Amino acid sequence: MSGRPEHQAPPEIFYGEDEARKYTRNTRMMEIQLVMSERAVELLCLPENQPCHIIDLGCGSGLSGETLTEQGHVWTGVDISSAMLGVAKEREVEGDLLLGDLGQGLPFRAGAFDGAISISALQWLCNADQKSHNPAKRLYTFFSSLYGCLSRGSRAVFQFYPENSSQVELITSQAMKAGFTGGLVVDYPNSTKAKKFFLCLMTGGQQPLPTALGVDSREDAPNCVTFSQK
Amino acid sequence: MKLLTHNILTSKCLKGVTVGYPLGIVAKEVKVNEVEFNPEFISRMIQKVDWPALCKAAENLGHLDNLPPAVVDDYENNEDFLKKAHHFLMEIEVINGDLICPETGRKFPVTDGIPNMLANEDEV
Repeated sequence: MSGRPEHQAPPEIFYGEDEARKYTRNTRMMEIQLVMSERAVELLCLPENQPCHIIDLGCGSGLSGETLTEQGHVWTGVDISSAMLGVAKEREVEGDLLLGDLGQGLPFRAGAFDGAISISALQWLCNADQKSHNPAKRLYTFFSSLYGCLSRGSRAVFQFYPENSSQVELITSQAMKAGFTGGLVVDYPNSTKAKKFFLCLMTGGQQPLPTALGVDSREDAPNCVTFSQK
Repeated sequence: MKLLTHNILTSKCLKGVTVGYPLGIVAKEVKVNEVEFNPEFISRMIQKVDWPALCKAAENLGHLDNLPPAVVDDYENNEDFLKKAHHFLMEIEVINGDLICPETGRKFPVTDGIPNMLANEDEV
């Protein structure tokens, strides 16, 4: 699949001023991001009617953050592109924004957040954008710092675009090493256009995965891959 | 950057830093906003907040006035306390300045309300 953004440039270069502006003016793109954000929040399984403190990983121009605000949550966003964060500022999003590299680890205190979402960002961590980058090490640094700053029992949901199954394997193995349980939920597995991957990570020990959307039969969804520590 | 965010930020991703908390603040520009008061959220956040670090931060910003020096008993039902906590956590924003690692002195600049936590390759 040629033309994947992460093969063209590192994220802070790809999402420069022009792309940042385009991204946030493309209404179809915005609609897709909105739907995915709402689905990610649903998969977080937060307690009902309770305002939570959420971290948005790869928050970009704040599209997913707005879903969090709409649902009554308080959020902080981290992104590596200052151009995208600039657009978020212009759009006056409610969340606090941080310029940072997820692969360097999340600089937060233990238990700071009640949950984490990430929309269309995780695949960027799988590339070595600099000679010194080791994707497996960066993923582990990221996941272990995330595990630390989530309160016990909370979840992290990542919508992302895996390039291939070994990338999924790389990601899930580092997440497991860091202490997470959980698995991949694939919505609309039979539709090339609608198919969406959500990595659902949990901190409170193995629990059943949420059901995927668009699965025809009622049997144990073959599109849910569960993994655990042992 | 709101003081709630400052209260949970550390520099522990840097090599050689053990705790990296709390970060010092030298602010050149601070803004006070009006943010909708959500008592339930504030009540829950107080459990996570490091109150002495919050006082230190407010003091650094020259905005210490009125901040209670400690969390009171039965704060969940004390609306006056919750409102004060809300004001300091959610309504005071650092726009420009620096955050300082307490162990290495390394500065993280804050520009237009956004802290730059990017570390150099040799720092992580």
